[in-house]
Amino acid sequence: MKFQKPTRKTVTEASQSFSFTRRAMVLGGIQGGIGLLLATRMAWISVAENEKYQLLSESNRVNLTLIPPRRGWIIDRHGRPLANNRTDFRVDIIPDRLRDPRGTVATLARLLDLPADEVERIEGDLGKAHGFQPVQVAESLTYDQFAAISVRLPEMPGVAPTQGFSRFYPGGATVGHLLGYVGTASAKDYEENKNPLLITPGYKLGKDGLEKSFDRQLTGKPGAKRVEVTARGKVVRELTTRPDEPGHTVQLTIDAGLQEYAGRRLATQSGSVVVIDCKNGDVLAMASMPSFDPNSFSDGISQLEWDMLSQDDHVPLRNKTLKGLYPPGSTVKPMVALALLETGISPNDSVNCSGAIRVGNTLFHCHKRRGHGSVNMERAIAQSCDIYFYQMAQRVGMDVIADMARRLGMGQKFEMPFPSQSYGTVPDPAWKLKKYKEKWQVYDTVNATIGQGYMLINPIQMAVMAARLASGKMLTPHFIMDKKRPDAPSIQVRPDHLTIIHEAMSAVVNGGGTGGAARMQVPDVLLAGKTGTAQVRRITMAERAGGVRRDASLPFKLRDHSLFQGFAPYDNPRYAVACILEHGGHLIRAQDAGPIASDTLSFLFDPKKAMEKLETLEAEWGGTPTQRMAAQMAAFRASKGLETTLTPEEMDAANATVATVANVMAQTDNAAAEQPD
Amino acid sequence: MSIVPAPISALPWRVIGLLTAIAFFGCVVLYSSAGGSITPWAINQAVRFAIFMAMALTIARIPVQLMSTLAFPAYIAVLVSLVLVELIGGVAGGSQRWINLGFMQLQPSEFMKPVIVLAVAQFYARLPVGELRRWSAIWPALVLIGLPWALVLVQPDLGTATMILAGGVTVMFLAGLPLRLFIGTGIAGAAIIPVAFSFLHEYQQKRVLIFMDPESDPLGAGYHISQSKIAIGSGGIFGKGFLNGTQSHLDYLPEGHTDFVFATMAEEWGLVGGICLIAAFMLVFRWGIRVALRTEDKFARLAAAGLTTTIFFYLAINLMMVMGLAPVVGIPLPFMSYGGSSMLTVMLCIGMIMAIDRSRRQTRSNWG
Repeated sequence: MKFQKPTRKTVTEASQSFSFTRRAMVLGGIQGGIGLLLATRMAWISVAENEKYQLLSESNRVNLTLIPPRRGWIIDRHGRPLANNRTDFRVDIIPDRLRDPRGTVATLARLLDLPADEVERIEGDLGKAHGFQPVQVAESLTYDQFAAISVRLPEMPGVAPTQGFSRFYPGGATVGHLLGYVGTASAKDYEENKNPLLITPGYKLGKDGLEKSFDRQLTGKPGAKRVEVTARGKVVRELTTRPDEPGHTVQLTIDAGLQEYAGRRLATQSGSVVVIDCKNGDVLAMASMPSFDPNSFSDGISQLEWDMLSQDDHVPLRNKTLKGLYPPGSTVKPMVALALLETGISPNDSVNCSGAIRVGNTLFHCHKRRGHGSVNMERAIAQSCDIYFYQMAQRVGMDVIADMARRLGMGQKFEMPFPSQSYGTVPDPAWKLKKYKEKWQVYDTVNATIGQGYMLINPIQMAVMAARLASGKMLTPHFIMDKKRPDAPSIQVRPDHLTIIHEAMSAVVNGGGTGGAARMQVPDVLLAGKTGTAQVRRITMAERAGGVRRDASLPFKLRDHSLFQGFAPYDNPRYAVACILEHGGHLIRAQDAGPIASDTLSFLFDPKKAMEKLETLEAEWGGTPTQRMAAQMAAFRASKGLETTLTPEEMDAANATVATVANVMAQTDNAAAEQPD
Repeated sequence: MSIVPAPISALPWRVIGLLTAIAFFGCVVLYSSAGGSITPWAINQAVRFAIFMAMALTIARIPVQLMSTLAFPAYIAVLVSLVLVELIGGVAGGSQRWINLGFMQLQPSEFMKPVIVLAVAQFYARLPVGELRRWSAIWPALVLIGLPWALVLVQPDLGTATMILAGGVTVMFLAGLPLRLFIGTGIAGAAIIPVAFSFLHEYQQKRVLIFMDPESDPLGAGYHISQSKIAIGSGGIFGKGFLNGTQSHLDYLPEGHTDFVFATMAEEWGLVGGICLIAAFMLVFRWGIRVALRTEDKFARLAAAGLTTTIFFYLAINLMMVMGLAPVVGIPLPFMSYGGSSMLTVMLCIGMIMAIDRSRRQTRSNWG
């Protein structure tokens, strides 16, 4: 400070020199200080934060590629595969390693014969992708295609051919609704669960049916491959590889052979078949046809195929066994009869059927206009006489019938491993009051006794009803083999009552009843059952007077549903069956619910003979469901003016098949409705 | 008298040895950075260092008198070249920093770093002492600094512009201008920046913020710095070992042989290598400052301290940049970063400091 004062006024050479020295030293000090600061900063980064940066450096250097786990198999009760994995050759693109996106995609499109819309999809995906997240080019390649790409790899950096696994369903369309299908995770799945496995190419998750319900068990643990990569994505060397752990096997109670047989036996109909083991409630078959082919769904279905399936009036995309709700029609008559027996009505009590009865101010007809004459219980069931049930039901009232319906599983929601199910309704006075705020009327009872009106059932419920009628036990459907199935309690019905019902149901098929066409082809095995027809349209007053229009003259959507429930052998029930055909209309004898149910059961007793019969029939129908679907697809493509991959000869064959199927359907227009009931 | 002839023994061997050691270490790092190969970088750098060292030793023989005489002409020449580059760039339609001389490309802004120091030093050396507290002591210096600063800033080359400004202001500080000028300017600047910042549009503010804190944009501007910090941080105390750096060898570290060569070094040599390098540079600066302190001539001592500080700015800005304390401005690390331009500048500075040192000793020996 002493020197500061004079310098303020006048600066001398000496004071300037002194100030320079001081300031130069300060400058040197600042330099040293900054040097120290930099050293401290470096020490902070490299010592205090060393661990963090080491980790980051490792995650730079090491690229972890997930190996999608092989999906667990789904096997049937005998250990045969319902869904397994096939070796699959696939090609992906690693966007970061790609040098010439357009050229590479063009080359791949040429080598793999990719359609234009696929090329567009790949280019779109590439635009969105970044980093090492592979973009799928194609899967399910043939070995030749795979090899053709593999040899050209040096010219196409960024292209990654890999060998993986894809889901395979030997049963094809026949297991579509039962098992569902697998598919790549959607963007929404990934939003919810940021699991990197979800966006690994080749990874599929269950999308529907049992594949979805058991997704957790079926999904294994992914493997991982660690490779050292440069910033440009060039692999320097492989570090370690951890193999994947395949998912668990799920064993179903389904019988693979029966399932496929049932699906094929449904022919060109829109319907479902359910077969249940009368001992324990095991579901042996649950087929809904027509269906989608889960194999093609799992590879990613084309827009065209989707359009075709969703436009089909046979609703191949709906699982009819779980989502289909139908009026049960006359198939409830054995149930109603059982309720009558419990209230003390003797099986020999007769009713005179004149063909019609007046309830209130409406005339209710029997399906047989001329009437059945005098009918007792057995004849009423065998001939499906409506008048008998109209009269008897009015005597006992709806509540006892509704109670019996519930004991037999109608209206019950079963615990089943499916994402969703619709279950039917058992109406009674209390139900109607609650739902419609209306009083129960006599004609409601009358309608319910012949399974019309508010009463609804789904195919699995109908099969359960058949199984409970057959066994007298409260069976519930099971799908999983390893699950302990406790003995079902009794439905609390007197055995002699059950015997009466069994005899009557046998008479339906074997005693000149309405189900004669369903007689078993296997000697010594007698099928007991009950046919049913469910109207889907309101019968007009004009029709009531002038006669109901025949189904054959009606458009498909207005035809009656055709139903059948039953069990075999009738005297020692082993298997129960239910078959519902939407708008079947009893038009083609071989494709009616009764014969389909009967043939399906016969497969359990004599598979060889059942198969021979099916193959003969399929020749008339235009082949197996797979062949018919391929033909349908080709025709659909042609109708949309698209090129097909088929040769002209194959196209002719496809057209011929479609024509055959159309013919079979057309016959219905000429056939007489032989078996109204 | 030893066997070694006097002209050789008179060379500043200590400094030569120190610089050679740093340059050799630089070549070793470049050898690793090239994946364990002396081509293309290490060998070039070594040859270049040898040539420039010879040049520096030649410059060291120039009398200080000549340097001070040439200071203004050199300044004018470089300023004219800067205008030329700007004009050529304007014609070519884009930013331009080079003049193509046919055999080599000349970057005039690089020369401005030492020349501004000489010019400002010369101005204050000529300024009568009594004028030092007057306005006339300030504005000519500000013009001298402001012209090249503005020309380089519009190139745009923020790093070099900052160094020109800092070099000139350092000499002003050393010349003895009142401290309150520097402190006052500093405070005023600190006060104005937030106000000015609030007047910017939101997107402009964002751009400034990303520039100041590049790591907030890890895939864009921050990529260099993130990767550089990963390289330094993952090196730890002793480094991953020679030729074992993954960040540099697998190309994660961008510019690993030029601006970010320190990170390449730190990854393989760790904190130990970094501290040794910083210490070596500190010794060089100590030498420069001591030369300035011992010199009596006003121009010479201002020049020596200013040139030393210019080299220091290279080191400080570069290290702050690679350690994430400063934005990426493209200032190389002397003797380590691959490249001729910066080494030429630094060696010019070194040569001139040596010349100042030599003339000091000569005057002393003459007198004593």
